[in-house]
Amino acid sequence: MYSPEVTQASNFVQGVDTAFLVILGISFFFLIGLTAVMIYFIYRYNRKRNPVATQIHGSTKLEIIWTVVPFILTMVMFYYGWLGWKPMAKPPKDAMEVTVYGRMWNFSFEYENGKRTDTLYLPKDKPVKLNLVALDVLHSLYIPAFRVKQDMVPNKENNFMWFVPQRVGTYELYCAEYCGLQHSYMYSYVKVMEDSVFQSFIADTTKVVAADIDSPIATGKRVMQNIGCFACHSLDGTKLVGPSFKGIWGAEHTVVTGNETRKVTVDEEYIKQSIFDPNADVVEGFMKGLMVSYQGQLSEDDIANIIEYLKTVQ
Amino acid sequence: MQKENVANVANYLTYKGKHKGLLGWVLSTDHKRIGLLYLYSIMTMFSVGVLLGLAMKFELLAPGKTIMEAQTYNATFTVHGVIMIFMVVIPGLPAVFGNFLLPIMIGAKDVAFPKLNLLSWWLYVAGVFLVLSAVIFGKGAPDTGWTFYAPYSFKTGTNLLPAIFGAFILGFSSILTGLNFLVTIHRMRCPGMKWSKLPLFVWTLYGTAWIQLLATPVVGITLVLVALERMFGVGVFDPALGGDPILYQHLFWIYSHPAVYIMILPAMGAISEIIPTFSQKMIFGYKAIIASTMAIAFVGYLVWGHHMFTAGMSGTAQYYFSLLTFIVAIPSAIKVFNWISTMYKGSINVQTPLYWAVSFIFVFLIGGLSGLVLGSLAANVHLHDTAFVVAHFHYIVFGGTGFAFFAAAHYWFPKIYGRMYDKGWANAGWLIFFIGFLALYTPMFYLGIMGMPRRYYDYLDDFHGGNILSTFGSWIMVTGLVIIIINLIRSARKGPAAEINPWRGKTLEWTVSSPPSLENFDEIPVIAEDDGPYNYK
Ligand code: HEC
Ligand code: HEM
Ligand SMILES: [Cu+2]
Ligand SMILES: [Cu+2]
Repeated sequence: MYSPEVTQASNFVQGVDTAFLVILGISFFFLIGLTAVMIYFIYRYNRKRNPVATQIHGSTKLEIIWTVVPFILTMVMFYYGWLGWKPMAKPPKDAMEVTVYGRMWNFSFEYENGKRTDTLYLPKDKPVKLNLVALDVLHSLYIPAFRVKQDMVPNKENNFMWFVPQRVGTYELYCAEYCGLQHSYMYSYVKVMEDSVFQSFIADTTKVVAADIDSPIATGKRVMQNIGCFACHSLDGTKLVGPSFKGIWGAEHTVVTGNETRKVTVDEEYIKQSIFDPNADVVEGFMKGLMVSYQGQLSEDDIANIIEYLKTVQ
Repeated sequence: MQKENVANVANYLTYKGKHKGLLGWVLSTDHKRIGLLYLYSIMTMFSVGVLLGLAMKFELLAPGKTIMEAQTYNATFTVHGVIMIFMVVIPGLPAVFGNFLLPIMIGAKDVAFPKLNLLSWWLYVAGVFLVLSAVIFGKGAPDTGWTFYAPYSFKTGTNLLPAIFGAFILGFSSILTGLNFLVTIHRMRCPGMKWSKLPLFVWTLYGTAWIQLLATPVVGITLVLVALERMFGVGVFDPALGGDPILYQHLFWIYSHPAVYIMILPAMGAISEIIPTFSQKMIFGYKAIIASTMAIAFVGYLVWGHHMFTAGMSGTAQYYFSLLTFIVAIPSAIKVFNWISTMYKGSINVQTPLYWAVSFIFVFLIGGLSGLVLGSLAANVHLHDTAFVVAHFHYIVFGGTGFAFFAAAHYWFPKIYGRMYDKGWANAGWLIFFIGFLALYTPMFYLGIMGMPRRYYDYLDDFHGGNILSTFGSWIMVTGLVIIIINLIRSARKGPAAEINPWRGKTLEWTVSSPPSLENFDEIPVIAEDDGPYNYK
């Protein structure tokens, strides 16, 4: 969300806002000017006041003027747009890198030391380069307060954006490219903190991983919440994009494997496969390809906790 | 006495041919009847689209669920977009007023290929039914957005194929109309109707026809590829199969950007007819308007990339597309200057069509100027895919084409039906509609600047205020719309008989009877050397 208090929240705000305001200024001038002239003409040359029109064919001089002047003005507009945009394409070499995974319908952020979060934590005044990975369909990472947006395209190499956060605070982060059912719920936050705070935050890799007192069941549920399984799977039997988890453990499900339909019993092996290779067995009545593999994003421990939790969903 | 004028002359409305009743219409090859067939079908689809738009606005009245689920909302904006783009504004003015007026304006009895013309309408109807079948049958209405972006269009479980085929067929209908108009304009002009004497509406139809003919096949092929990929997994666009989703966007916009000019050029043409008539003054800069029309038609092919600034193109492509986007704005500006200059020292007769035309210029300016904001690379990064874009294109396509459509409808109504509408109601309808329009879309500019993405079923509380205002606007606007449409329908049946030339226009359609006879002219007119479409004395 844009607001005057967060001006200069990133290094790109000024360039973008200048380009915007230059055009806005010129636009208002023309809009108001031309509208006023139009209304004046309608009043002044109304047929009551001016019963006979004076025929004028045109004027080459005027045509040239109103071709050249807009041309110059639009080139000025272009120039400011280019000026504000140019630095966005060139990240500094020493930028801190964060990998962003976008999937239907959540973001997750992985830092250089392997720590993962579902909110983007960043140190103030340090350039950061976000490497964008789309796992299923197009998404677009948009942080209005920072004036940055970049589409996340599956399989695209060198898909990145960069910026320097310049103010401590919390800012909204949206998916701006339509990506299906829960597109409007695919948002998160950027938390910009003082560098020292950030360093201790990032060093503590246990922060978002479950605290020890948690049972595997609670941990499993939290892992699933954080990574967004419930966007597609309900707990109460409602059919969403994927089958509900209600009573899943031990149930007999009909799945399509290749071209063949067969029955399977939901056990540890099946759940694990459903998570790491979801399209090998596709539950009958659901679309193939919607759920994509979580290989590399969930550890064996996570899976074990998830299974413990799923056993309890009745 | 006036009444008899309507009743006695065997005009195209009362004429009885081989077929009677409804068949006499749906099998008629008369360009005027076909124009009306289009008018009725397009207005029907427009009404459906409007209802869907209202439903969306109602949903957005408050955060969270208001009246529908997310899936329904996504299907609603998809179907709304497909209907409005492919079934309303693309055929729009050319199919209705182009069909009706083009032959008359150039002094011909019909278009070059009347049967092909009828076929175009039938294809249109077939396309409409195919798309609607996707909504009614199968696993739910399509939910991809009207852009059918890959790879979501391969992942969705909804019934997409019929919608894609429907859009494909609608494309064919458009190509055939374009071809027909091109040949008609080249071959069927009456003696003395030189290119330099063509009314500007005809010139814009000419520019439009070229775009229809050359650009539409690209989207046709693209849609076929999407269908093949969905059915057989060909792998052109789907990254999961090694395809390139950005390629899809390029192919889609190579058509769909020029399509914006298919929508807006004839609208500009209609305005270029109305302003001189109501100013009783020759159009200012006839040649400049023609030159700008052709410039738009050709440069319009080269700017499609401005829809993809955040998709990750090379830097060179980025500023090339941005630069050309700014350049393509100039011919539109030239037109605005010429229209306004036409009013200078005119003798202005303020009537309903002029209200529409002047408000067209106003909303078109806002749409165009906000387009400059989006054409700017830096500003685009912030505003792309937000409510700002939604406001921009509604100002251009709805504000532009829509206002021009109603301007044209009120301008040519007496010619088409031989009757006059109630001017008081027409003006009231216009005013309410205009206020509603501004209230509906202006807040969306603001919401976009604040950062609300588009195609959002739900939103954070911060965006609530702007959305409330916008939804209220939609209610005001639809009130105006209902008044306008009821007034026109009533008047078409019961209005007082209209004169041949109620507005004192100078183009050829104002020389034939109202409504025109079956063959338009008893004798093909001959244009004298010193005659022209705008020679007011
Ligand atoms: C984008 C939507 C989506 C997300 C997110 C998602 N899934 Fe799925 N899931 C599906 C769909 C669709 C199916 C059915 C098709 C199939 O079997 O591949 C499915 C099937 C499954 C099945 C088999 C269910 C059965 O009834 O046999 C399991 C288990 C599963 N998912 C677990 C998970 C877990 C755990 C997560 C989170 C780590 C998750 N899913 C995230 C869409 C999703
Ligand atoms: C009563 C009139 C209308 C209302 C209330 C309305 C409202 C809306 C709304 C709320 C959206 C969704 C925006 C979003 O997804 O964020 C939308 C999208 C759209 N509208 Fe309209 N609209 C109206 C008329 C029109 C007209 C006349 C056109 C013709 C050009 C049009 C073309 C579109 C298109 C192309 C989309 C985009 C669909 C998509 O995102 O796939 N609309 N409209
Ligand atoms: Cu999204
Ligand atoms: Cu475009």
